[in-house]
Amino acid sequence: MIHRETLTQLSADLRARKVSSVELVRTFLARIEASQPTLNAFVSITAEQALADAEAADRRLAGGGGGALEGVPIGHKDLFCTAGVRTSCGSRMLANFVSPYDATVVARLKAAGAVMLGKLNMDEFAMGSSNETSHFGPVRNPWNTALVPGGSSGGSAAAVAARLLPAATATDTGGSIRQPAAFCGITGIKPTYGRVSRYGMIAFASSLDQGGVLAASAEDAARVLREMAGFDPRDSTSVDTPVPDYLAGLGAPLQGVRIGVMKEFFDTGLDPEYERRVREALAVFERLGARVREVSLPNLPLSVPVYYVVAPAECSSNLARYDGVRFGHRCRDPRDLQDLYKRSRSEGFGAEVKRRIMTGTYVLSAGYYDAYYLKAQRVRRLISADFERAFGEVDLLMGPTTPTAAFALGAKTADPITMYLNDIYTISANLAGLPAMSVPCGFAAGLPVGLQIIGPHFAEQALLHAAHRYQLETDWHQRIPEQYA
Amino acid sequence: MSAWETVIGLEIHAQLATRSKIFSGAATAYGAAPNTQACLVDLGYPGVLPVLNAEAVRMAVRFGLAIGARIARQSVFARKNYFYPDLPKGYQISQYELPIVAQGAIDIVLEDGSVKRIGVTRAHLEEDAGKSLHEGLGALTGIDLNRAGTPLIEIVSEPEMRSAKEAVAYMKKVHTLVRYLEICDGNMQEGSFRCDANVSVRPVGAQKFGTRAEIKNINSFRYVEKAIQYEVARQIELLESGGKVVQETRLYDPDKGETRSMRSKEEANDYRYFPDPDLLPLELDEAYIEAARAELPELPDAKAARFASQYGLSVYDAGVLTAGRDLADYYETVVRAVPTQPKLAANWVMGELAAALNKEGLEVGSGRLPAERLAGLLTRIADATISGKIAKELFEAMWSTGQDADALIEAKGLKQITDTGAIEQAIEAVMAKNPAQLADYRAGKDKLFGFFVGQVMKATQGKANPAQLNELLKKKLSG
Repeated sequence: MIHRETLTQLSADLRARKVSSVELVRTFLARIEASQPTLNAFVSITAEQALADAEAADRRLAGGGGGALEGVPIGHKDLFCTAGVRTSCGSRMLANFVSPYDATVVARLKAAGAVMLGKLNMDEFAMGSSNETSHFGPVRNPWNTALVPGGSSGGSAAAVAARLLPAATATDTGGSIRQPAAFCGITGIKPTYGRVSRYGMIAFASSLDQGGVLAASAEDAARVLREMAGFDPRDSTSVDTPVPDYLAGLGAPLQGVRIGVMKEFFDTGLDPEYERRVREALAVFERLGARVREVSLPNLPLSVPVYYVVAPAECSSNLARYDGVRFGHRCRDPRDLQDLYKRSRSEGFGAEVKRRIMTGTYVLSAGYYDAYYLKAQRVRRLISADFERAFGEVDLLMGPTTPTAAFALGAKTADPITMYLNDIYTISANLAGLPAMSVPCGFAAGLPVGLQIIGPHFAEQALLHAAHRYQLETDWHQRIPEQYA
Repeated sequence: MSAWETVIGLEIHAQLATRSKIFSGAATAYGAAPNTQACLVDLGYPGVLPVLNAEAVRMAVRFGLAIGARIARQSVFARKNYFYPDLPKGYQISQYELPIVAQGAIDIVLEDGSVKRIGVTRAHLEEDAGKSLHEGLGALTGIDLNRAGTPLIEIVSEPEMRSAKEAVAYMKKVHTLVRYLEICDGNMQEGSFRCDANVSVRPVGAQKFGTRAEIKNINSFRYVEKAIQYEVARQIELLESGGKVVQETRLYDPDKGETRSMRSKEEANDYRYFPDPDLLPLELDEAYIEAARAELPELPDAKAARFASQYGLSVYDAGVLTAGRDLADYYETVVRAVPTQPKLAANWVMGELAAALNKEGLEVGSGRLPAERLAGLLTRIADATISGKIAKELFEAMWSTGQDADALIEAKGLKQITDTGAIEQAIEAVMAKNPAQLADYRAGKDKLFGFFVGQVMKATQGKANPAQLNELLKKKLSG
């Protein structure tokens, strides 16, 4: 039952030559193939290349060499550019796009020896919370295939939850790592804005997008993040501070750690059973010696409206390059330039992407800019200030990741607002650029519940330590959907 | 016609002379095969990000300091959003609310010799777009993205120019300045230096500006003058016949010598500017700015003032000699070799040399006649080895043969005769040959003095020192 092992264990077994990379790759490829008709977690499966890479990794391992993740199978969310392999961004617009270069994250994980098995399904251009906006069809939740896996990193989350991969890359603009982690019962970390290079990560909202990891445990996530993180001169917003060894000191005691419970997250929208699981998790932390107290961040409830001004504004501009001229979808027989633009974009983009481009165009337009975009930026600063104040008093903030557990496919597609409200607890960390995690903390009505942990800038290590310590006490992260066990 | 006042403001785009683009590592060299100097960043590929070129920043700061402007400690790059095939990202990265340079000034000299100060509202960094190509492609349009991402500085003046001539003087001054600072090659044919002119007219004495038209993309000083003159006449005619000027963008057609409407205000894009989230605000500290200031060369105005006082030149001559850094350097190299003759040097540089260069369409920096060689010639004028007349012939010989003055003087035997005995001998021979003229002269026909000068010069092949000849001849003729 090799697929049940953690990435940490697999990596040790590979180095000890107890298992070969080729064996691992074959095992996971078989699981991927078998799951694809039901879960649809992958957009592209790169079996041939993966086996060749695995053989090369085995040779390096046999020679006593290789990187920190040598031979470990992984997958990339399909918005990380991969040279020679299609990068679709879940969109018809890029269904034919083969990148000529590797994203920095892809290059770094390749250099660390990780073997890519394929590209993971996602909401179109990372816009969605249910993975239903993908041009390649929805991904289903391995816990219950009538339910969504969350989004936008739904393919990455479903794949890890079903143990089709030990870990996968993902991105988080307003909760796209943490919400699917919660819905699928796995561990996800969105690092500090600027910690992981955005070069080669197809942009949705540049000031919010951040690459991260979905894995089975905090320790596994730490192991992968350690290889991904770091300054990149090709990304002007990446931060040039050293990356600590996230694995060093894992499991240190939580004695005296101050945990703030965000009052505003326990509002009327929160499912009562979900809340009970979160409170139980907080009790575990208290038992472990942490000092838990309630804190208030009064501007947090404004996160959703702020986000739905800022993110669409940036996306309306970021997605202007998809004009049918140089790459991507081009309409047939355009009459003239305007026709080329109009039809290529009308055909290439789905409804949610169009909605956000329209919203973003509107809020940046003359006469509306001050009322929407500028005001949103002001409130964004207020939200950041709330966090700064809170982190003057506590070391970590905790609360639920989502208001409810996974919902049914189609349940929220008719009303974008209810869909948007699913990100109500996750968006604020993006607006403030803070590192945040989701850790499985039990089940509500049989579905996974996520505990969210938010830290100050560059406190990834503190987040991972707390999550790991919690996972030493609990086994929620080891639960695997029966069908994939 | 005199009832109207013209109001002009210019937006000058100068391509910065960096080796790579403003946000990518691709080369900026002009004239490469289409799309061979455009990398993934310039092509706006999915996932790529801009990284600011530090050299472009340094150049913009140099410009700001040179015009006495405020250098922003923090400036912000913004996106200007519009769709066009030569704009790969669908937006141009520019600076909008917080430009790197603000509130400078440039002095221009008017026709009457007076100096007028023109305010520079701002200068900001931005990227150039690509080019659309229409020739030789039938009904198709080609896109060349080599120029996409080339760094530009857009220099925006206050609407303080009052005639086409003032506008040209201002544009020339900016052109001189950017070349002095070595931040732009100033090549107008290649589009490295071009401008948009905002033109309006108003009744003399009126406070409010008239409605303006913007004439786009003019790439020569002559066209700027002609386009503005045409536009001013058009607007006055329109207003005097009871019409109204509409705010619009116009194009100048140099073949027809007229401007025509491109798009009206209603058709103008809403550019939806907002700060570019891919680029952090640009922060410059005092030390950086002071280091840039320390590296500034002597600027044209200061150099002209120094030339006037140090070399005793007229304001006009000093202005001409400092209009280009190469010319000024050339002049000073000459003067260093003949330090007693700054005016002689100025006359030769602005006269014979300029004419010869002009005739062959050469720049002073072309090396056709090095300053040291011209100095060699002037040295021989100064020490009276040759006369001014001979010097002009000699200059032509130097120009065509590439030899230096002394070699040619030697080879051609052009050395001036300064030996009193030799000159006296020649005079006596001429007097002996022309007894009738001598008698007439001595009888009071003073005009014949010139005749004798001519004869002696003829006898000495023009080599007699003129001053000595005059003196000796007077003495001898009077007996």
